Amino acid sequence: MFDFVSFIPRAVVQSVPLLFGSTGETLTEKSGNLNLGIPGIMYVGGICGVIGAFFYEQSLPSPDAINGFLAVMIPLLSCLIGSLLMGLLYCFLTVSLRANQNVTGLAMTTFGVGFGNFFGGSLIKLTASDVPSIALSNTSSFFSKSLPFADKLGWFGKIFLSYGFLAYLSIAIAFIAAYVLKKTRVGLHLRAVGESPETADAAGINVNRYKYVATCTGSMIAGLGGLYYVMDYACGVWSNDAFGDRGWLAIALVIFTIWRPNWGVLSSLLFGGLYILYLFIPTGMNLCIKELYKMLPYVVTIIVLVITSMRNKREDQPPASLGLAYFREER
Amino acid sequence: MDNRVPAVSMRNITKTFGPVVANDKVWLDIYRGEILALLGENGSGKTTLMNMLSGIYFPDEGSISIDGKEVVIRSPKDAFSLGIGMIHQHFKLVDVLSAAENIVLGLKDQGRLNMDKVNKQVKEICDAYGFDVDPSQKIYDMSVSQKQTVEIIKVLYRGADILILDEPTAVLTPQETEKLFAVLRNMRNAGKAIVIITHKMNEVEELSDRVAVLRHGQFIGDMLTKTTNAQEMTNMMVGHPVTLNIKRPEPVNPVKRIEVKNLTVRNVEGIVKLDDVSFTANGGEILGIAGISGCGQKELLEAIAGLQPTESGSICYINDDGTEEELIGKDPLDIAKLGVSLSFVPEDRLGMGLVGNMDLADNMMLRSFRKGRSIFTDRKSPKKLAETVVDELEVSTPGISTPVRRLSGGNVQKVLIGREIASAPTVLLTAYAVRGLDINSSYTIYDLINKQKAAGVAVIYVGEDLDVLLELADRILVLCGGKVSGIIPGRGAKKEDVGMMMTRLGGKEDNE
Amino acid sequence: MNNKSRGPLVHIVKRGNIPWYKSWLIRGASIVIALIVCAVVTTLLTGENPIQIYATMFKGAFGTPRKIWILLQNLSLLLCISLALTPAFKMRFWNIGGEGQVLIGGLATAACMILLGDKIPNWALIIIMVIAAMVAGAVWGGIPAFFKAKWNTNETLFTLMMNYVAIQLVAFFVIVWEVPKGAGKIGIINQSTMAGWLPQIGNYKYLLNIIIVALITIGMYVYLNYSKHGYEISVVGESERTARYVGIKVERVIVRTMLLSGALCGVAGLLLVGGTDHTITTTIAGGRGYTAIMVAWLANFNPFIMIFASLLLVFLSRGSAEISTIFGLNHSFADILTGIILFFIIGSEFFVKYKLSFRKSAKKEAK
Repeated sequence: MFDFVSFIPRAVVQSVPLLFGSTGETLTEKSGNLNLGIPGIMYVGGICGVIGAFFYEQSLPSPDAINGFLAVMIPLLSCLIGSLLMGLLYCFLTVSLRANQNVTGLAMTTFGVGFGNFFGGSLIKLTASDVPSIALSNTSSFFSKSLPFADKLGWFGKIFLSYGFLAYLSIAIAFIAAYVLKKTRVGLHLRAVGESPETADAAGINVNRYKYVATCTGSMIAGLGGLYYVMDYACGVWSNDAFGDRGWLAIALVIFTIWRPNWGVLSSLLFGGLYILYLFIPTGMNLCIKELYKMLPYVVTIIVLVITSMRNKREDQPPASLGLAYFREER
Repeated sequence: MDNRVPAVSMRNITKTFGPVVANDKVWLDIYRGEILALLGENGSGKTTLMNMLSGIYFPDEGSISIDGKEVVIRSPKDAFSLGIGMIHQHFKLVDVLSAAENIVLGLKDQGRLNMDKVNKQVKEICDAYGFDVDPSQKIYDMSVSQKQTVEIIKVLYRGADILILDEPTAVLTPQETEKLFAVLRNMRNAGKAIVIITHKMNEVEELSDRVAVLRHGQFIGDMLTKTTNAQEMTNMMVGHPVTLNIKRPEPVNPVKRIEVKNLTVRNVEGIVKLDDVSFTANGGEILGIAGISGCGQKELLEAIAGLQPTESGSICYINDDGTEEELIGKDPLDIAKLGVSLSFVPEDRLGMGLVGNMDLADNMMLRSFRKGRSIFTDRKSPKKLAETVVDELEVSTPGISTPVRRLSGGNVQKVLIGREIASAPTVLLTAYAVRGLDINSSYTIYDLINKQKAAGVAVIYVGEDLDVLLELADRILVLCGGKVSGIIPGRGAKKEDVGMMMTRLGGKEDNE
Repeated sequence: MNNKSRGPLVHIVKRGNIPWYKSWLIRGASIVIALIVCAVVTTLLTGENPIQIYATMFKGAFGTPRKIWILLQNLSLLLCISLALTPAFKMRFWNIGGEGQVLIGGLATAACMILLGDKIPNWALIIIMVIAAMVAGAVWGGIPAFFKAKWNTNETLFTLMMNYVAIQLVAFFVIVWEVPKGAGKIGIINQSTMAGWLPQIGNYKYLLNIIIVALITIGMYVYLNYSKHGYEISVVGESERTARYVGIKVERVIVRTMLLSGALCGVAGLLLVGGTDHTITTTIAGGRGYTAIMVAWLANFNPFIMIFASLLLVFLSRGSAEISTIFGLNHSFADILTGIILFFIIGSEFFVKYKLSFRKSAKKEAK
């Protein structure tokens, strides 16, 4: 019998960073910006949280003096500021300077991943601190705190209530994003900007402002994914490259959900499940088969991609001006 | 001229794009309760001038006053708040949104977005002016004239009382045009100021109260419509006298060249675009094709050129010696080798037939680059061809290494048609060859087409200006919803009859 | 008249034609500024003086003949992948699957070396390796191209996913072929017999790679600019509808170009596995598949300019690796510097294409 009670919680914790990333990227893409820098931004979000928490913990006289509110707010704010700066950089280059979005995004990923690994690896040396490695377990315990009565409720508590607050936040943000896009004036304007900036412009919408705000908001949401990973999933321990390719999977998820953040909740769970499925399939001594199971999320993405492209419905298409810079006086 | 305060007065407006001066110290007054026709050749700066009024561009120099008060229009939003609304030549609509969503786009009303309320308000405007639009319909499901209606409602919904329409009739049937003019007259009588940019003299005379003329970015003059006539206006636009007659020589010795029998075509979505179409096209003759836009003209030409898969029927090409060849199922390349040449001028001009970022010589190569067995391309002969085309058709370009996208619309069309003619075709398929062209360039193109006809080429000409079609074509095939509504001789055909055939099969009023 | 209400202060105007030396001046200036910024960042982190740092970087990249050879070897590999991606990009096919295509080419090479090494003559083995690497790369590039041509499937995502499939495939075979059992890696293949190792020219280990890539560079330049295929690629990239209209079989061009692109990536994999590393790991491509995209774009798809673009990136990575070692910093420092320099170069394109004009009438009117 497949062990769902232990499988689902593990799939959920895998899915949270993906959901943050894909919700952020969906908002960004709806404004017509294809931000391939999301993997880098998630690294930056994570490491900025780590840096914030590291300095806070270092400033404490003893580990017991930690204040729960500050322990959460300081990493959270540093993460948001770090990813906001990355978002601003992307916007400045692609919106204000109209640079090629693919290249800018890739450069940001190079930079972001490098930034994360560099500070993750050198923080201790740079601050000349005497701790052996970055293990922010105190801070982490506040992030991964679940509801106190969760473990009293048996399998129900384990499947639905055993997560830190960021997990629930990710779902809330996804639904809010879906609502904003679909039902509000701001969402309508944002969709118009992504579909046809010249139309939006002629209608009196400030195209550049929408692009900036949507992309920066998207970056901050994606950054939270990095924060969740290191603070909750990895228990406050930063190890280089551990975050892996989750940023790219988040971008894949955007197309997978055909630009609908509310679909992202279940799709990310599916991805998260596929990502760890190999751990739950008995393979005996044959280790190499596990490597093939790890292919699953990618192969499934490809299959879904092909199927959606074969169906080719008008509503399922990417925003029409995705990837293009807008210049009002282009002739 | 009189003592009224102009709704808009533009003074000394100058706008440059790089080295190009689009507007040079232009003065223009627009009054309420009046329809002003803004005339000028392509590139004379009409659209640029109006774009500055609607906030798309910002003038380099000069001032704009609304109701006597100087204003600054930095963005379309500023224009809206001053009551200025512009309906652009290329519709500014978001395809995947509904009509109502497009209409409220950009408005900063208080409260949350209530689409039901918006739909109701839109319905009210529709009823007041007699528009027929479903507010919840998606734009990509709409016909061109429906889209235009949405554009007009959008402007009205915002309470605009200064309306600018950029070539609004270019895509409409005569009946739709009539309906639009009725609406515009209503608005004028309601005290709105209306500017209409157009090339068509008959429309100017029919609709406008006053005419203003631009030439090479400069303001030439304005006058009341009733005190002038088409010849005078044209002379002002062009700068020298021109004759306004299209020649139509009698066909010499026509031979059957293409025979289409029971052709049926479905598009990608499975909708029938051509239904049981049969006709012949003769060498030495111009066959005009009339119809509302999107009722199968494009599919017909593409089917003949081998670009459109067909469902049933046959298309026969008849050689000089009388032998027949079936074109259906043939490769576009083989069809082109027979001498069937398609010069299709699509809505965005560069979308098909030319590559905007390539220079003239490279564009000439599109037809010929496969020649020879070498794996390398021959670069010399296209260069020569480009030079010939530039010389003979008087294309105005800095040189043959200029990217085509930098050329003006008329010159782009000359390049395209020049290349097609250079391949010495036996059949010339051309669609919307003069779309958006000014009078001078249009006549150059008509001349070229007539020359081909005299050379014995079978010309199939899809046009949207019925007046021209009636003067140019030897026979006219009228399409209606993908069916042949009738084939009539061009000489003596009446515009009203053709217009009726475009909307009803056979052109008869049927009283069901 | 109130000057403040006279519209935007800074106005962006598109440039007409700009002389080539001016555009390269702008690009050059951006690199200089970027290097200064990098120096400031490095100084802040290490406390050394910036000139010292650049001297270190220079020494790290060009310090000894051995270092120069390594630099050239890295340069030729990056260049090879960039060249491979270029025809796809000219066709506006966003092939970000270079990484996977290189890996799979390398995997095919390794497979031949392991399975056929010592069983057939070396020359035959090498021929089979070349063919296998090219076919494997071509298949890896051809699959997304097929779906793109047939159903317009999004190629960016497809090629990206193919990278991960390739990585897992390599991971799988690494365990299958691991030496010794349980080591989790293959180690140097055929270390004693050197079967399937690409031949050395004289004493220069990397010379063969460099010559091969130099030939590919020239070939690619000619292919793109003078051949019929190259012309078709440009037309398809600029306007698919025009291409169809003149009878170019767009689907065939897409697939053919991606087969070529993939095959050349496969060659890069061959050079990596057969020419230099003589082993295979999941990280053997080292992100070059992504870096190559930036090289191709920075050079505006011109093969010869790509040499300089790759040189810049390789110099940065080698140079900052040296800094990291000397100052005991993490090796990812190179990525940060590369990122900063790329941001400046990317941004500088704006000033090549557009001109900022400040409101000139304001002063006149104020008088």
